[in-house]
Amino acid sequence: MTEHDTMPTGLCLEKLEIVREGLTLVSLDTRIAPGEVLTVMGSSGSGKSTLLAVIAGAVAPVFQVSGRVLLDGRDLSGLPPQQRHVGLLFQDDILFPHLSVGGNLAFALPPALRGRAARRARVEEALMQANLKGFAERDPATLSGGQRARVALMRMLLAEPRVLLLDEPFSKLDAELRLQFRQFVFTMAKTRLLPVLMVTHDIEDARAAIGMVVTPKGKALTI
Amino acid sequence: MTPRPHHRKDLLSWAPWLTLLVLLGPILMGLLGTLAPAFGWLPALGHREFDLTPWRDLFAEAGIARSIQLSVTTGLSATLISLLLAVLICAAWQGTGLFSRIERLLPPLLSVPHAAAAFGLAFLIAPSGWIVRWFSPWATGWDIPPDVLIVQDPWGLAMIAGLVVKEVPFLLLMLLAALGQVDATRSRLVAQTLGYGRIMAWIKGVLPQIYPQIRLPVYAVLAYSMSVVDVAMILGPSTPAPLAVKVITWMNDPDLSLRLRAAAAAVLQFLLVLAALGIWKLGEFGLARLGRHWLETGGRGQRQALWSGLGLGAITLIVASLVLGLLGLALWSVAGLWVFPDALPQHVTLQSWSRYGPALGRPLVDTLIIAVTVVLLALVLTVACLETEYRHGSRPTTRSLWLLYLPLLVPQVGFLPGLQVLFVGIGVNGTLGAVILAHLIFVLPYVFLALADPYRAWDPRTGTVAASLGASANRILWRVRLPMLLTPLLVAAAVGFATSVGQYLPTLLTGGGRITTLTTEAVALASGGDRRIIGIYALLQMALPFIAFSLAIAIPACLYHRRLGMRNTL
Repeated sequence: MTEHDTMPTGLCLEKLEIVREGLTLVSLDTRIAPGEVLTVMGSSGSGKSTLLAVIAGAVAPVFQVSGRVLLDGRDLSGLPPQQRHVGLLFQDDILFPHLSVGGNLAFALPPALRGRAARRARVEEALMQANLKGFAERDPATLSGGQRARVALMRMLLAEPRVLLLDEPFSKLDAELRLQFRQFVFTMAKTRLLPVLMVTHDIEDARAAIGMVVTPKGKALTI
Repeated sequence: MTPRPHHRKDLLSWAPWLTLLVLLGPILMGLLGTLAPAFGWLPALGHREFDLTPWRDLFAEAGIARSIQLSVTTGLSATLISLLLAVLICAAWQGTGLFSRIERLLPPLLSVPHAAAAFGLAFLIAPSGWIVRWFSPWATGWDIPPDVLIVQDPWGLAMIAGLVVKEVPFLLLMLLAALGQVDATRSRLVAQTLGYGRIMAWIKGVLPQIYPQIRLPVYAVLAYSMSVVDVAMILGPSTPAPLAVKVITWMNDPDLSLRLRAAAAAVLQFLLVLAALGIWKLGEFGLARLGRHWLETGGRGQRQALWSGLGLGAITLIVASLVLGLLGLALWSVAGLWVFPDALPQHVTLQSWSRYGPALGRPLVDTLIIAVTVVLLALVLTVACLETEYRHGSRPTTRSLWLLYLPLLVPQVGFLPGLQVLFVGIGVNGTLGAVILAHLIFVLPYVFLALADPYRAWDPRTGTVAASLGASANRILWRVRLPMLLTPLLVAAAVGFATSVGQYLPTLLTGGGRITTLTTEAVALASGGDRRIIGIYALLQMALPFIAFSLAIAIPACLYHRRLGMRNTL
């Protein structure tokens, strides 16, 4: 694809500004290359989550957004969320309670992958990677917090996103789990060459990410 | 910490039992009172031997198979269509600005009594109705109404339409209430970022989570649609009529021996509803199995625009037919000469109002007395139940919800005839008290359902603070909790008021012809076909709930206009 030779890959935020009632919440002009992590740090209410909502295509109309968001050279403005290929991870896992663990994962598989056996195999493979072999038939409600977090991550990855958006994804896990899961997420992102945009208020998360850390207004932070 | 009561505990703890008695007592007695005559036992008329004659008579009746079939087909189709449309509208539009506007329309739409909505629709779609008039004669060439049977068509299509326009707003409101219980916004967003279209994301990611919570309302719609009498008399086929109408015709026949056949038909109606609920339940099982497979194959959904358009079209059509129908009614009530192809009357006059006005007084006063008393009783029982639940720290169970829904699930026509027999037996039929008791059975569940969520959502810390200031449990209830919950209390009262005003069958049967309300009068006038007088009755019937809802919003706004914290208590 010639597009990729000329266009910058990764996630580009071009003069992206988010304003609410005359107040600038977010002002960023940056690029996250595949496999790299950008951390946006700020207190709650600073507009971090709104930034992710803008990129995912689900922002409330009270916000005025200017600038562009490019993903692998493709302008995302105006596209509905389902056409953006962004993977979104919240601090709550938002697993579908009406589906089994395997069902949650199969839900994310592209419909182009046909056949029950083939889909089942992909689900099993994903469970294996998440160290959850044999969990396919389990009810998500019976899983531990750490297990649920991993299922949510694998579900997101199975939909083959081209960027990872993390909304304080570790803040609900306890200290030890947090360390493990953080490693797991960043390794997954790195091996798949996915750009990662993480918003957090936790300095430990920012340190672990190894990458640029900025405020929502774009000021670089040293940590 | 829940404040523990020390006095009056015993008085309050009677409330749940009294409520159960009010809800279940009449249903059980009514069912028994229907069952006995169905098998030949009706001592009041000298039948003292059990036999199967009523059933033989029933099945020997000409067209009875068709009546049964109509009851099943119209009920199931109306429920299925209403559910599908409500789901489509929600899936396509929930979370948009348009949907919030629809949301605000729902309470006034719901407060329109079924009979008034049915009259409105009939005036709209009849061969001599408004729609034909708009296009005649310039487009159709008709100078006289076309000779086709649109209203009261033999398949019950008009009746299905009349039910759908009323049940879709109801189911939408129920869906909305259920949506508040799950993280619908983020579930949909997650599904969307996984590549699902807006509608499909909702249907696959949200609907299965909330269906369990709208299951009982759906069952209530099914039971109601299968056994409805007033809508069927206005819009449904008449030769033969659906089974529920037959029951009432026989009940009211001067030939008293037909009461036995009516009882058998009522029992049959009850069994039909049970069977239909069973079939629906089986369908749920089947769909759940198929649905799981469907969800896991990962289809992302296509033709978004088409489905969104269909959803928008459906809700527009429903709102338009209700609003235009009622507008038509209003116009007829003040119409002077209004001949066929004219879209508007030649002049407007209050003549009909002044001619029929005096006769309106009695039913209007009775309607108000009944509705206000019933609402007060229902509120007292509901608050007492909820307060007991709160003071004892008990949690509502699924079983108690089923009990609450029971009056809405058992077809009215299945037990009210028996209740009438009972009331006649103890000599109270045809009194205000009997009608009030009969209304209470149906008003109480709605008042309870409307008040329970806001009542339970009240922050208990407020009570703890008040208690630590030395207030007793009763003082907290009267001085803190109820004033804070004024808006939900009044809204629940308005819901109950609208329900009472709209009741047809309970009034007809327990009123014994001596107590009439606007609704029974309006339906009685339906066969006469005088649109002016029907317009007057239906308009009043609709105006009362509307006034009640307006008051429910206006009173707290007035009382608390300088209390910012009371703005969002709805």
